[in-house]
Amino acid sequence: MNLSDFFYMGGYAAFLWPAYVLVLSVLVYNIWAARRAHQEARRAAARRLQMEETRS
Amino acid sequence: MWKWFHMLASPPHFYRIAGITIPWFAWPALVLILFGLWGGLVKAPMDYQQGEGFRIFYVHVPSAIMSMFIYSTMAIAAGIGLIWRMKLAHAVAAASAPIGAWFTFCALATGSLWGKPMWGTWWVWDARLTSELILLFLYLGYIALRSSIDDPQRADRASAVLALVGVINLPIIHYSVVWWNSLHQGSTMFNPGAMSIEMKWPALAMLFGFMLYYGAVLFVRLRAEVIRRERNAAWLREELAR
Repeated sequence: MNLSDFFYMGGYAAFLWPAYVLVLSVLVYNIWAARRAHQEARRAAARRLQMEETRS
Repeated sequence: MWKWFHMLASPPHFYRIAGITIPWFAWPALVLILFGLWGGLVKAPMDYQQGEGFRIFYVHVPSAIMSMFIYSTMAIAAGIGLIWRMKLAHAVAAASAPIGAWFTFCALATGSLWGKPMWGTWWVWDARLTSELILLFLYLGYIALRSSIDDPQRADRASAVLALVGVINLPIIHYSVVWWNSLHQGSTMFNPGAMSIEMKWPALAMLFGFMLYYGAVLFVRLRAEVIRRERNAAWLREELAR
């Protein structure tokens, strides 16, 4: 099998590749979103602690 | 045993252990998914009816199984949270919801991309597709309900009830292709003899890869949840100073 046959996928390329690209993009996006949520929680907690410190 | 369990459930311990555990999920997940992609796109023989188009199977079926697996996890965690008032269990439910919603979206979208060439339509309102769409709405409703309640404990309890009520949809999705006439084909993956082993192993690799991936992303989100819920400043101050 050569490379152009592989990308042609027996004529199903227009359906198959978007499906794979979509799922892999969602997987990457979810990692990014989770890491951002973690960073944001850390920042928010740091702000909260600082406010408590200045108050007391 | 219980002592160990309580220690694990204490926020500072959990936060640290989760941090150590994440790479142990993430790297095997990556290896399994790459292995599954190679197997599904290159190694597996083509289907005698659907030709190369059947290869959408390798992203569609694992996504669909994950959409239901994550919902079950979420509902069990929500139930444990309600009964034993365990904050960490509620956190597991809350952290699972967005991941599950995205897998449900993937199952629907890849199913649509598979349906067009095989059935001639992107969408039909049949039992399997409709109940999977309802699953997506259950996830979105759960997320919306949580974000609409400011008090975390009330949000935990209200959303847990919703998650538990939604469990009724899971057997409906699973048996929809048996109970009703459907364009959607029946189960092949867990039907012995329906698929040869060369066709099946890439799907299993993808599925286990997705499960480990879910574990890794869940733990990152859980760490965020633990910090958000934490009022005891001492360990948090220490942790944030690192």
